[in-house]
Amino acid sequence: MKCEELLRILGDYVDGDLDPALCAEFDRHLEGCNPCQVVVDTVRKTITLYKNTEVYELPPAFRERLHRLLRERWKAPPTPHEA
Amino acid sequence: MSDDATLVTRAQAGDFAAFEQLVSRYEQRMYTLAMHVLHQHEDAEDVVQTAFLSALEHLGELRQPAAFAAWLTRIAVNTALKVLRKRQGLDAVSLEAVTAEDEEGAIPHPQYIADWRDDPSQTVEQRELQRLLAAAIAALPEKQRVVFVLRDVAGMSVEETAQALGLSPANVKVRLLRARLVLREHLTRLFGDERRRLVPPRHAGDAPRATPAAQRLPRNQEG
Ligand SMILES: [Zn+2]
Repeated sequence: MKCEELLRILGDYVDGDLDPALCAEFDRHLEGCNPCQVVVDTVRKTITLYKNTEVYELPPAFRERLHRLLRERWKAPPTPHEA
Repeated sequence: MSDDATLVTRAQAGDFAAFEQLVSRYEQRMYTLAMHVLHQHEDAEDVVQTAFLSALEHLGELRQPAAFAAWLTRIAVNTALKVLRKRQGLDAVSLEAVTAEDEEGAIPHPQYIADWRDDPSQTVEQRELQRLLAAAIAALPEKQRVVFVLRDVAGMSVEETAQALGLSPANVKVRLLRARLVLREHLTRLFGDERRRLVPPRHAGDAPRATPAAQRLPRNQEG
């Protein structure tokens, strides 16, 4: 396997979707190729970082509004009979 | 702390406090998702509000209480995409547009290869980290960004992402790989350890380039 081929299937590799034979070949390449190893590792770190970081903070004022609104809706009868 | 299934079951029986716990558990995540897609906080707030109102209204229809998070995520994602499409109008490049370039275009080859010094969340101040991550993802072309957000931030499967966007799974994978590599490149320039920088492997079709500061070349090309 060449670096180029590895790059094409890197997504399936980090997602654990490669078939076992190809995965073994992938691992063999990594053992002998430091740059590819680092690329795979830093792709994983990139995904983890985005998964674990709340990049945008929920505005507290909005949070309050949201909870108030939901509480009001919850109280409302499910089938309203208007006067 | 109660698990989602317990809270959903209690909420379905009429317990608002249980429902509110679910809201508190997921509101931040839904907001981040919506912001990644829309980059506009009023729109993102609308999406979160609409998603939770819809969840409240349809809670009784949720057959598998343990699947609450996935169910809510789907609602929020679909709501955000609706806003995005409306915003794009008819003249903008549609999300569905599949071009030959998507399937066959070159994969961005890693240029800056270096291990990261540490876990950035341990070394960079939280606000600064948020700013850097937001800027990196905002710089992605929209069709890559949305795929990355659905798959890697929202945790949807390739199939679910494909379905939500009206794309083929193969197309989702191609866009996802591009997005991941572009973000990796961007973040490595921020967090990579310059002293341990490695020379990228050469690829057929690469433009000739100056070799960065002396490093050892990989010797595994013919593997
Ligand atoms: Zn390699």
